[in-house]
Amino acid sequence: MLLSESDLASILLTLRVASVTTVILFVVGTPIAWWLARTGSRWKGPVGAIVALPLVLPPSVLGFYLLVAMGPNGPVGYLTQSLGLGLLPFTFWGLVVGSVLYSLPFMVQPVQNAFEAVGERPLEVAATLRASQLDAFFTVAVPLSLPGFVTAGILTFAHTVGEFGVVLMIGGNIPGVTRVASVQIYDHVEAIEYSDAHRLAAILLVFSFLVLLALYAGRPNRRKV
Amino acid sequence: MDLIEARFRLAWWGFTLDINERLPGSGVTAVYGHSGSGKTTLLRCIAGLERTRGGFLSFKGEVWQDAGSWVPTHRRPLGYVFQEASLFSHLTVLGNLRYGQRRADSPRSQKEDRFGLEHAIELLGIGHLLKRKPDGLSGGERQRVGIARALAVNPRVLLLDEPLAALDLARKQEILPYLERLHDELAIPALYVSHAPDEVARLADHLVVMDQGQVLASGPLNETLARLDLPIRLGEEAGVVVDGRVVEHDDIWHLLRVQSCGASLWVRDTGAPIGRRVRVRILARDVSIARVPLEGSSILNTLRARVTSLGDDSHPALSLVKMDADGSAILARVTRRSAEQLGLCPGSSVWIQIKAVALL
Repeated sequence: MLLSESDLASILLTLRVASVTTVILFVVGTPIAWWLARTGSRWKGPVGAIVALPLVLPPSVLGFYLLVAMGPNGPVGYLTQSLGLGLLPFTFWGLVVGSVLYSLPFMVQPVQNAFEAVGERPLEVAATLRASQLDAFFTVAVPLSLPGFVTAGILTFAHTVGEFGVVLMIGGNIPGVTRVASVQIYDHVEAIEYSDAHRLAAILLVFSFLVLLALYAGRPNRRKV
Repeated sequence: MDLIEARFRLAWWGFTLDINERLPGSGVTAVYGHSGSGKTTLLRCIAGLERTRGGFLSFKGEVWQDAGSWVPTHRRPLGYVFQEASLFSHLTVLGNLRYGQRRADSPRSQKEDRFGLEHAIELLGIGHLLKRKPDGLSGGERQRVGIARALAVNPRVLLLDEPLAALDLARKQEILPYLERLHDELAIPALYVSHAPDEVARLADHLVVMDQGQVLASGPLNETLARLDLPIRLGEEAGVVVDGRVVEHDDIWHLLRVQSCGASLWVRDTGAPIGRRVRVRILARDVSIARVPLEGSSILNTLRARVTSLGDDSHPALSLVKMDADGSAILARVTRRSAEQLGLCPGSSVWIQIKAVALL
């Protein structure tokens, strides 16, 4: 079972987008999760809802708005052009921006749950042991929430691999730049290349199963006495 | 100034804390009261875990909180023991101990007066647990590690929030001796929040009694317990706690002679070695008063005292008599009629007989 060059390129691109997205989301999602887990602000509800939006929104809706916003007449488009970055749609980084938004809840929610489970007490203990808030965050809150981070990382990566609608809207179908595996399969089917579609689809199926298996089997047994 | 000065005012839903206290800068001060009386909140305010508007707090002249300044918890030189040991589950016992110790170590801290990690480990008897994870420890062991962890930062004041409340009786008995050792060896002041009379009687030098967010009474343990205007009870019964020292073993009768209140008190031999500082509890109902020394009585403990004041007791037939025995206050409960017949008044010289003396 040999993969064609374009299939291989689409898989590699998919892995690149998913890796970059996951790394960015660790950096962006963690502070949001921290804030959501600890705030008493009345903005907690609205912000939580916005973060969760990609869970229910059709990807085409998200993709459409992003396309408009990042386009030559959109606010983000103006900004990127004036910064000399050009336009984001139909580029690798445009794809990453879309993926970051699309996968945001998959990062924020597990991490937020983990922070909430840790609670206030260990941080108070750390403060009485001379640790500043930042120090306590990295040496107490993060290590105690580690299972949540692992879950979030795996889910984010896998979910980004599985995206299709947003990619199609803002990435289009440029080989090597925005043509990820899911789009490649769509192309094969459109071109009635079913055997190629089968190969790639099988790879994604096995990958997705293995990811979820790792997640469920690797989860520590909580029924400890 | 050897004092902690605290002024806090705080109003939450259905709870108000209103504190204006000067707490001693040495010895163990027990903050005693029912649950919900605000004692834990007071401790949290002192630690900076709770922030009140417009409060004031100074520790030995250093201002930790006033209108314009606020020292965050991690910059306050204190050790805090939580009710549940709250050990970090991702670290070993040694990792827990070193967490604070490493951060507290600064070039400025003097090597001599450091309360070292080794000392804390030895004092709490946890040397054999260092490599274990907190999950594998018993409740008592965990709390001992929690106390050692607070000591390892070499604090200038130790705050303990009901450290024994989450433990069963057996575990409690396991830890109390360590706390007594701490009391004897520790040079720094400690605030000990508790609602358990026995812990207060055994550990406290000073007593602060709280109720509904306010301080009812505050002062040296013995004097505060002997107050007649505002009967403070440790448990059910009025009584006092006095300090003494073991001076003699009587092997024939299995008794200990304890030097206290300027006299000798005989108590049942508990095996305490000669020279050991001990505390005895004397309940008002076990003390009777005579104008002359009594001969031919079964009561072993007789001492001289002077009446300082008389007060009402729970029943109109009874009165509480406060006496001074060589500097220690003693309470006796006698009937009003007996007090009248003996002609007791402030200044009367009396003999008191103590039916039961409990070694704590």
